[in-house]
Amino acid sequence: MVTLTTLLKRPTSDEGIIGWITTIDHKRIGILYGISAIVFFVIGGIEALLMRIQLAQPNSGIVSPEVYNQLFTMHGTTMIFLAIMPLSAAFFNYVIPLMIGARDVAFPRLNAFSYWTFLFGGILLNSSWILGGAPNAGWFAYAPLTSIEYNPGMGVTFWAMGLQVLGIASLAAAFNFIVTIINLRAPGMKLTQMPVFVWMTFVTSFLIVLAFPVITVALIELLFDRLFGSNFFATSAGGDPLLWQHLFWVFGHPEVYILILPAMGIISEILPTFSSKPLFGYPVIVFSGIIIGFMGWAVWSHHMFTVGLGPIANAAFALTTMLIAIPTGVKIFNWIATMWKGQVRFTSPMLFAIGFISMFIIGGLSGMMHAVAPSDAQQQDTYFIVAHIHYVLFGGSIFALIAGLYYWYPKITGRLMSEKLGKLNFFLTFVGFNLTFFPMHFLGLEGMPRRIYTYDANIGFDLWNLVATIGSIILGLSILALLHNMFWSKRKGEIAGNDPWNGRTLEWSIPSPPPHYNFASIPTVNKLDDFWYSKQKQIKNELPAGASDNEANIHMPSPSFFPFIVSLGIVIAAYGLMYYIPMAIIGVLITIIGTYAWSFEPAMEESHTEQSH
Amino acid sequence: MKRPNFPFLISVFSFFIFLFLFSGCNTDLPQTTFDAKGPVAQSQLDLFNIIFWAVVVVFVIVQGMLLVTIMKYRAKKGAPRPKQIHGHSVLEITWTIAPAIILVIIAVPMLVVLFMTARAPGPDALTIEVKAHQWWWQFEYPELGVSTSNEMHIPVGRDIDIVLISEDVIHSFWIPKLAGKLDIVPTRTNRMWIRADEPGLYYGQCAEFCGIAHALMKFHVVAEQPENFAKWVEHEKSDASSPSSESAQTGSQLFLSKGCIACHKIQGNPAAVGIIGPNLTHIANRQFLAGGIIENTENNLTKWLKEPDVVKPGNKMATIAPVYNNPDMQMTDANIKDLVAYLNSLK
Repeated sequence: MVTLTTLLKRPTSDEGIIGWITTIDHKRIGILYGISAIVFFVIGGIEALLMRIQLAQPNSGIVSPEVYNQLFTMHGTTMIFLAIMPLSAAFFNYVIPLMIGARDVAFPRLNAFSYWTFLFGGILLNSSWILGGAPNAGWFAYAPLTSIEYNPGMGVTFWAMGLQVLGIASLAAAFNFIVTIINLRAPGMKLTQMPVFVWMTFVTSFLIVLAFPVITVALIELLFDRLFGSNFFATSAGGDPLLWQHLFWVFGHPEVYILILPAMGIISEILPTFSSKPLFGYPVIVFSGIIIGFMGWAVWSHHMFTVGLGPIANAAFALTTMLIAIPTGVKIFNWIATMWKGQVRFTSPMLFAIGFISMFIIGGLSGMMHAVAPSDAQQQDTYFIVAHIHYVLFGGSIFALIAGLYYWYPKITGRLMSEKLGKLNFFLTFVGFNLTFFPMHFLGLEGMPRRIYTYDANIGFDLWNLVATIGSIILGLSILALLHNMFWSKRKGEIAGNDPWNGRTLEWSIPSPPPHYNFASIPTVNKLDDFWYSKQKQIKNELPAGASDNEANIHMPSPSFFPFIVSLGIVIAAYGLMYYIPMAIIGVLITIIGTYAWSFEPAMEESHTEQSH
Repeated sequence: MKRPNFPFLISVFSFFIFLFLFSGCNTDLPQTTFDAKGPVAQSQLDLFNIIFWAVVVVFVIVQGMLLVTIMKYRAKKGAPRPKQIHGHSVLEITWTIAPAIILVIIAVPMLVVLFMTARAPGPDALTIEVKAHQWWWQFEYPELGVSTSNEMHIPVGRDIDIVLISEDVIHSFWIPKLAGKLDIVPTRTNRMWIRADEPGLYYGQCAEFCGIAHALMKFHVVAEQPENFAKWVEHEKSDASSPSSESAQTGSQLFLSKGCIACHKIQGNPAAVGIIGPNLTHIANRQFLAGGIIENTENNLTKWLKEPDVVKPGNKMATIAPVYNNPDMQMTDANIKDLVAYLNSLK
């Protein structure tokens, strides 16, 4: 193995493509996560627009039924696993070490491994489009529609394999952030003094660690059914279709909170900053986030109210679902109280944050309507559900992630995004979003089931479908405005300086963009929002800003090839399992050898010769 | 900094609320949930109304608080730093308890309706076995010895005991005007009860994604007075009428020679005993064709027999029947005309 580590020495420079492939800097990995997620977000958005164009008119034939089924499956899967989760991960990566006053995450190479595994998993999933058809069984892939008997193509296999690979990435990242947050906080920063975004990342990471094993088991069973002829879910051979539903939703409901808790964390950073007030009821907001994380495990069967589990099970899950409204409501009241008597500045991030609260209220309230099991029997599997999921995941998560993008963009690039374009972006998003998704409530109650590629003219679905399609086009334009703003501001945006928003947390105490070692000397923290108070007291900022004299003495680990190689091995093995077993063996060997070499790689290339063994 | 146009935002919101109240509840539509015609759908609608108004009240209060806050406390130039408030225990306890009270108020009627809709049907209930196939519906009346497809006849005013059986993947049985949906899960037998209080034609549709033609898996419920229902039952039990016209007689020969009999049953035609496809004994009396998606007209029937995969992609007749897959077996236009004549004679 010495030969391999000599062959692939840790690079000393971070330039060029090799620099990006081998980087283990949390900030660069964060940027990679962000760019990849935005690309997948655009792909998922195009899929959505195609569906909306198909549904604009009754009996239209713009896309075939088979392609339509692939579109909604890939849209859901892409947005959840390849857009929202990695966008959150982008902020975890970039912001968490800065917020806790650390120089990197606990395991920088594992962090790079998470990113590459995520990217390869996403590419694997999307490669199905050109390798014989994308998955077509819906993003929750109910058995037995996923069995070979009813779904002989490769699509569902790609889906299961893709999610399996993505799960590895998520798990590795979650462990990394748990350890980072526990171990690498700046001296003096107690758990109760961590910014809320750090707290929500912490809770989310635990949810990932506990939820993903469940879907991993389910996916292994599904893959065995499809690749090796086992019968976990093949009903004609005695398999149990409800086993899949339980496993999927035991994972799937915590997954919902994995998508929304980071968003709530971002909002809890932005609101105090632009209200010039501390977060109202910090302990309550943190505690309700933890409670939501716990209770998220006790509500999964509300996705299964119409499965026929019986009135006792439905009553129990309806009541636990209602209970979750309490901590959620508390958060909303606390956010509003944060702005109350403040000085509310309507910057782009703040507009999206306020938009988040407003849209999330609607999504939360329609969620309450779904919690009522008997009347939910009329709403389940209709467009009312489609409206609800988009109010919480787009009106909720995406609004908050865009808010975070505007908020941290100056820290990442050193330049502010255009406020003018930002306001245009917000206006288009707000109008387009509501025009697209609010009418779906009506469609659902008027009896339109979800996942139908066409509808009849005489049934009354025409008007609202047309309105929704018009809205979706406006929404598409708003995303173009966002992308344009990001590109334009990268070159021409106003120079941000260290602290453009008068921020409260440690990332604003260092230059934008931060040097690769983040903090020249690690700050000491004595209370929540310490940076904010040190500014208020007009005392000389004790937190050093900018490079200090001893820069040369800060030792950061060198880049490494092995995270990329190990990820590559995993994805080769995944393709091999689907197409050609010897290829899978090669992939596994690459993974094992790569992991071995990774383990014995010296921390820094400079010291390699001295410590050679 | 220019402040957002609040009156505009508020009017956008109120516009949607207005539209919701006045168009969402349109009861003319065939599949709307706002026009309950039976006790199950009615109790679900009543419950919906309670929750809907509770939610509207909460919506107005919370969005109102949000709007007032951001309007009242927008930043003013040169204003002093606001007072740093970290929290307020009494307030926070209040807004923890207030939602809890609303939830209790909602939970009680919910539990009542939950157990009411889940009760067993009355003792005089009529049993109908619903067998869901990709992508059509088979209705069996075991007590009456009747079998039909895609059009379910029921008597008004009598509980119907619905037994849900899947022949392949998961489907969901939903007649919005009569009852909320219940899934049809292979390996399990779900039961529900419904009752129609008024005669009428009710629309139903599969609500759980079930494959390529999921959008086209519809059915209809014909609710009629008990005496009319009894007549329908008597007629359904009778044998199919024998073809009278020459064309129809040729058609009945084709039904045999083209292999239709392998999948379709026609009572009174001893050769036609297939069970894979719908029972066609009295197909001419049905109002709709091909799983409730097109009206039963001569043109539509011709189109269906000519290009079944265009009318309903992926359906079994198009994928396995020799006439559509074996070039030697293909039907001419004249064949189809005769078959249509035969099927239309099956009154």
